[in-house]
Amino acid sequence: MTLWRGIWAAVALLALGLTIFATLPAGLLGPPQSMQLPFAKWLTAGMKWLTDSAAIGPVTVKDLTRAFASVIEAPYKVVKVLLVDGITEGRGRRATTIIPPLSWVAVTVAAVALGHFARNIWLGLLAGALMTYLAVFGQWDSAMVTLASIAIAVPLGVLGGMAQGIAAWRWPWVERVLSPVLDLMQTIPTFAFLVPILVLFGFGPVAALLATIIYAMPPMVRVTIVALRAVPSEIVDFSNMAGCTPWQRMRKVMLPVALPDLMVGVNQVIMLSLNMVIIASMIGAGGLGADVLESLRRLNIGGGIEAGLAITALAVVLDRLGQAMSERVASVEVRKGNWWRRHPRTALVLVVALVTGALGFLIPILQDWPKAWEITTKPFWSDLIEHINVNYFDQLEAVRVWFLEALLLPVKRFFLALPWPFLLAVLTLAGWRLGGIRLSAVVLALGLFVAATGLWEQAMITVYLCGLSVVIAMAIGVPMGILAASNETAGKVIGTVVDTLQTLPSFVYLIPVVMLFRVGDFSAMIAVVLFALVPAVKYTAHGLRSVPDELIEAGVVCGCTRVQILRKVRLPLAVPMILLGLNQTILLALSMLVITALVGTRDLGQEVYAALATADVGRGLVAGLSVAAIAIIADRLIGAAAGRARARLEGV
Amino acid sequence: MIERPVKLACRHVWKIYGPHPQRLLAHGKVPTLDEIRLSEHVGAVRDVSLDVVEGEIFVIMGLSGSGKSTLVRCLSRLIEPTGGEILYDGEDLLKASPSRMIEIRRHRMGMVFQHFALLPHLTVLENVAFPLEVQGMDRLAREARAREVVQLVGLQGREGNYPRQLSGGQQQRVGIARSLAVEPDLWFLDEPFSALDPLIRREMQEEFLRIQRQLKKTIIFITHDFDEAIRLADRIAIMKDGAVVQIATPEELVLAPANDYVAAFTAHVTRAKVVTVGRIVANGQPDGIAGTLSAGARIEDVAEQVVTADAPFAVERDGEVIGHVTPAAVIAVLIGKQT
Repeated sequence: MTLWRGIWAAVALLALGLTIFATLPAGLLGPPQSMQLPFAKWLTAGMKWLTDSAAIGPVTVKDLTRAFASVIEAPYKVVKVLLVDGITEGRGRRATTIIPPLSWVAVTVAAVALGHFARNIWLGLLAGALMTYLAVFGQWDSAMVTLASIAIAVPLGVLGGMAQGIAAWRWPWVERVLSPVLDLMQTIPTFAFLVPILVLFGFGPVAALLATIIYAMPPMVRVTIVALRAVPSEIVDFSNMAGCTPWQRMRKVMLPVALPDLMVGVNQVIMLSLNMVIIASMIGAGGLGADVLESLRRLNIGGGIEAGLAITALAVVLDRLGQAMSERVASVEVRKGNWWRRHPRTALVLVVALVTGALGFLIPILQDWPKAWEITTKPFWSDLIEHINVNYFDQLEAVRVWFLEALLLPVKRFFLALPWPFLLAVLTLAGWRLGGIRLSAVVLALGLFVAATGLWEQAMITVYLCGLSVVIAMAIGVPMGILAASNETAGKVIGTVVDTLQTLPSFVYLIPVVMLFRVGDFSAMIAVVLFALVPAVKYTAHGLRSVPDELIEAGVVCGCTRVQILRKVRLPLAVPMILLGLNQTILLALSMLVITALVGTRDLGQEVYAALATADVGRGLVAGLSVAAIAIIADRLIGAAAGRARARLEGV
Repeated sequence: MIERPVKLACRHVWKIYGPHPQRLLAHGKVPTLDEIRLSEHVGAVRDVSLDVVEGEIFVIMGLSGSGKSTLVRCLSRLIEPTGGEILYDGEDLLKASPSRMIEIRRHRMGMVFQHFALLPHLTVLENVAFPLEVQGMDRLAREARAREVVQLVGLQGREGNYPRQLSGGQQQRVGIARSLAVEPDLWFLDEPFSALDPLIRREMQEEFLRIQRQLKKTIIFITHDFDEAIRLADRIAIMKDGAVVQIATPEELVLAPANDYVAAFTAHVTRAKVVTVGRIVANGQPDGIAGTLSAGARIEDVAEQVVTADAPFAVERDGEVIGHVTPAAVIAVLIGKQT
């Protein structure tokens, strides 16, 4: 123990010494040109081959992708007609509406009915109020475009994920193949998905939908596997003893029994779809995400905040409804009678849809919230931000400059001055110490990959921004978690705040930050901290709460004060959980960091973003894979540390 | 005793877990416990052979980890045995195709589980009707049949409830009803009462015996509770480390344990609970016979009758008088003086 403490202290001193005092040859600062491999060129060539000439028999890959796209496009068009376009005749200004899309009244009533069905009338009213907000504040049309994408992405993502999950449950080799792919998918940043899809499917809503589905699917696969495994073995035995065929067993026993767990996955797919559909506005998703993107590009403060709030409203509606659905206990009473007696809510929604659709020609307010009545908050937000920027510019600037000079720049310099073989050696040593020879080999291989991409400098900027953000997020999040776990009222307040933060798509975080601090590393860091705060708080609170009462009572009996119980009993026992929280924080920070490329960082994210703009598959994928490599290194090292901590506590 | 046909026989059944279980059994080898352990395998079931005859309650008794649950899952082929034969009415189940196995399970086997294994999304009636639904029986017919068995286990009026609304005892009644819905010949019960409170357990044992008197199934009953075993069993197989140590009636187990392991189980058992009248029968027919007893009756059940009558009773076996018992002999068993 003490030996290793000494070794790590020596390593830290050496690092400081190397970066501050030594003058190193360039070949040690960044990997030399000679050891770099042209991954990007290979990937681009591979992609070109795939799109131009790859074929299975007479069917080219291009045909396949087109066929695939049309499969998704057909239902998307139907939903879009229902929610956004209606059926029109003629073009442009002379277009006349034959059948209008669902009126805002009908959609709002549907949201109320769904809330009532899933939990109670209060949830229904909340959902209805937020939908009304969208109409009144003039965000309706964009919100419906976004909703249409989600309405397609979620069922496809859920079904695709379930199919893979079932296959993995049924045949172990499928899981062995899927598992590393899922690992990679969950660590590759969202932007990196977009590049190859952009190349394969072009710019537009269908490509965006596809990206959304692919991004939202992996958790469903995982949840399905876990949910099916969690079905008690006795129930599986029973289904066999009852003489079920494999298909009967799955349909009549496994899936219904696993349903509550599966619903958790559905909720995750909904939230991830929302997140991605906003980001996918970069490749033409349209809707609220496009509004935010537009505003960010033009620095249109009011518009950005308005669209951001609309996304928040939509996220809250989807999240609360999804959660309520997953917690919903099947009602015992079965209604009798004809169809509308058995389905009163569905009947009501249908009637409202038809009536408002028909009357909408006479009374337009039933169909569309009149433009004249829309309330816009744009000037308010613009004025507010302007007011802040005019009156508090010096203070804000002082904060920004202080952080930059005291924290960001020194850390950045440190990482850039660190010789790359030294860093790799330290990581490998840590891997060996925490998880033995295998882990150290994995860490070394991933590190060498990053070194060979030629993106070492960008990678180091990523590491520095991510590391600093994580440290700050933990410094804020852990005390918040402690507070939440030790005080019930604080716990409730913090819980609500954290839950809401978690539902927000990552894009939204950029808006206020850019408004106040403009572009640059500092803005990026604040956005990352805000986004990555959630797991730090949640895992800490959970870890502290799950310390057995018996042990706390033992502490009380020994005469510990509250502070002593926290320091000597609860915190040490919560360490493995807090480490897992740290792990999640790092992964979230990395995923957010890539998105902050929009506010002008110069890290790997920027590399991906630039590749997206030029549709450069190789460049985008290599940078994306580098981020994934960093994420996997962090994940494996901290996962091993958490495992060791747990093993030490449980005496395994 | 009239010889009854063997319903289920298993011959040299093995279940070995580990990297190469087949190698241990190759060429008819019979590995010892140590050989299995040293090769980093686990012998969950080792060379088990037993016959279960029609209409008997055959109890498999063992502590946790003794392999009894694995054995019963081998018998029903929920777990694929590593080797051996399992003959159900003479047909080797291990050679049956998957579709044949489904057929046998649908119509000729029923199983009750320790933790009930009820489907949470179905009502009591739907749970009981489930095995029939799987067979493709239409709704009216299967619900009518389900109502019959629900009645048999005394749950009428609860048909529309969901499992979570029932107590543990009631849930297991549903489990029992469900396993009986298809009228199986062979009935497996895997520790059916272990998850229940002691009082409820007692009540369910009575209930189980009542149902069995009515239906006369061939039963394989798993338990870790020796008292339960001697209460219910016609014959008991005691398992240890995956192997069967002794197969005998409760009376023989108590009076002639095969080794110290069995003796340790039986040491505390009240003799009167297992010793039958036939065991203490004396020859001849003295005067003043107070009545007639069956040779198979347990002393505990007839003691009060004999002692209060204060006169000898004639003893019959299969309708033939074979001797008599005296109150003194009964009292000797009660106070544990003679076995």
